[in-house]
Amino acid sequence: MVSLKARLILVFVGMALALMAVFQIHAGSEDERYGFGTEVSDGDLALWDITIHTPSGKGLPEGEGTVSVGKRVFENQCMACHGAEAAGGEEYMFDTMVGGIGSMDENPRVLTPGSMYPYAPILFDYVRRAMPMTSPQSLTADEVYAVSAYIYYLNGLIDEDFKMNAETMPEIEMPNRDAFFVDDRPDVSAERCMENCEPIGSIARQ
Amino acid sequence: MNDQETKAGVATRSAVEELEHPRDTPPNQSLIGVPEPSPQAPTEAADTDIASMERRGFLRRGAAVAGMALTGGLGGLSVAQASSKLAIPESMKRLGDPISETSYGKPISFEDHVVRRRSDVVVNRQNWSDWSMTPLQNQVGTITPNGLFFERHHAGIARIDPAEHRLAIHGLVERPLVFTMDELMRFPSVSRFHFMECSGNGLTDWDEAGSKTVQQSHGLLSSCQWTGIPFSVLLNEAGVKPEGKWVVLEGGDASGHLRSIPMEKIMDDAIVAYGQNGEMLRAEQGYPIRAFLPGWEGNTCVKWLRRIEVVDDAQHIRGETARYTDPMPGGKWRQFSMEMECKSVITYPSGGMRLNGAGYYQIRGFAWSGNGKITHVDVTFDGGVTWHEAKVEGPVLDKNLTRFTLDWKWDGRPVTMASRAVDDTGYVQPTTQQLAEQREIVGFVQHHNGVFPWIINEHGEVRNGIA
Repeated sequence: MVSLKARLILVFVGMALALMAVFQIHAGSEDERYGFGTEVSDGDLALWDITIHTPSGKGLPEGEGTVSVGKRVFENQCMACHGAEAAGGEEYMFDTMVGGIGSMDENPRVLTPGSMYPYAPILFDYVRRAMPMTSPQSLTADEVYAVSAYIYYLNGLIDEDFKMNAETMPEIEMPNRDAFFVDDRPDVSAERCMENCEPIGSIARQ
Repeated sequence: MNDQETKAGVATRSAVEELEHPRDTPPNQSLIGVPEPSPQAPTEAADTDIASMERRGFLRRGAAVAGMALTGGLGGLSVAQASSKLAIPESMKRLGDPISETSYGKPISFEDHVVRRRSDVVVNRQNWSDWSMTPLQNQVGTITPNGLFFERHHAGIARIDPAEHRLAIHGLVERPLVFTMDELMRFPSVSRFHFMECSGNGLTDWDEAGSKTVQQSHGLLSSCQWTGIPFSVLLNEAGVKPEGKWVVLEGGDASGHLRSIPMEKIMDDAIVAYGQNGEMLRAEQGYPIRAFLPGWEGNTCVKWLRRIEVVDDAQHIRGETARYTDPMPGGKWRQFSMEMECKSVITYPSGGMRLNGAGYYQIRGFAWSGNGKITHVDVTFDGGVTWHEAKVEGPVLDKNLTRFTLDWKWDGRPVTMASRAVDDTGYVQPTTQQLAEQREIVGFVQHHNGVFPWIINEHGEVRNGIA
């Protein structure tokens, strides 16, 4: 048999605990932070932060590369899958990375870094993070600049003596620069017709 | 077992099997059965439709024999089979398998054909930047089992030890932070049901009948319950600076796959997901964590998420310019087309199946919209001249697969059928022609949400109806 006093003490303690819990939850939501995680510095993130804002080139690292060095890098690191002079083809893993400039009004459009990329640093970003496919992030910044120079040279966008670096790369005039516009859908407004409707038809090639 | 189960079991089997003796139902009775409110409780409403009456009688018979596995006689197998004496099933005469001490359950071997498949319409020369497709013809509910969830990788499947994994949040934030998985798991979490669709779903079937099955034509589509941490919680922890308008999401795979995402979407309903259908993500779905952006194209849901950088502008990287953009007239390209617009497809019957003779079939399929909830699905059997409202099965969830059904009686004559969905923005799924009037159909064209036809010939064979 629990005494009245003991029961009152229990009730009091229970109410106090409940009030504390409410206070703590309330304090948490006021602050809106949980305090998990560890603060990191830019230095800690140096190897991780590989973002490049490709229109401005912001984020491009120090370093430089030339077409002639890039040709050697390409032949050692890229040619096995992309073919000689980046021409690709059926016997390689991928299709051409050269040409297609002026094909955007044609069918098919030939999509290469030269014809498609609106900003030259896109190539640096992609090669650095994803190439070569079997050992990504293994190339130095100089090598990435160099192989980028080689690819853009093959596409006729820079001269043979071009020095590719963080200043020159964003300056390259890309043919597809103004071809993009931001999503404007819905671009179709269909009716919910139930009877005597237009047949669904097809755009199949006859 | 109830009537519906009886029908479902029969119909599935009879459709995929080559039948030697098609049921000889006289043609021209009725093309389209009247949709019933509930197959389990046939109404007594006046109905002079012979086909419909016949079907209802047949449903009552179904109820009478429920539990006796007499499904053959209901589904169109021969009468002799239905009336022959039934033997005691082998499974009732011997002890079943014992319960394993531990196990991860797998489907029974009879279902071994239900697998993801790489596309054999577009055959890539390597299988690291490639995709595999969900067998929608075999998906009988709105949840895709984890082992059947479609795949799209850019440089293979990363396999990451969660003890080693780190997620960094930095850029335009007050406190750059890095989290371990243990720390992430302590944050408040949410669970939500949503579909995911690849922007390239259907790209082989714009202007030619590239696909033979719905797995090939629509199988870059799956649906799951996702569990994880709202992005808003994590970003609040780091404190977004006022100039932070976009975030860069980057994966820890060999392609360092990344996308720029507007802050508005990230703070609205995006989650850092670790759970998929009640278990941790599969490796091929980004274990231990991935971004999940409801209704947005699959590639924005960056897998193996390792870095969130708050920035002031989109980065316009390769996956936002040279890839995942839509060719438009005049040599133009549409970019940042993120929402997967309202779409639907009939999965039963669908390409590669064969109807087991004339008679009752329940049309089944899925509808979904990256912009909201499905409100209507209509089905045509005459190539789009006449449409019939299908039954939309609840729960109808925001940005999730919604199942639809329609009772139908096939008279044995050739049919061109298709479905058309409407979402709660009022958007009506367009025809491919309507899309092509606005867009340029050239090359690998993304965002195909056009009405998709199947043709059933007089033999009951179902094939891609893009002619």
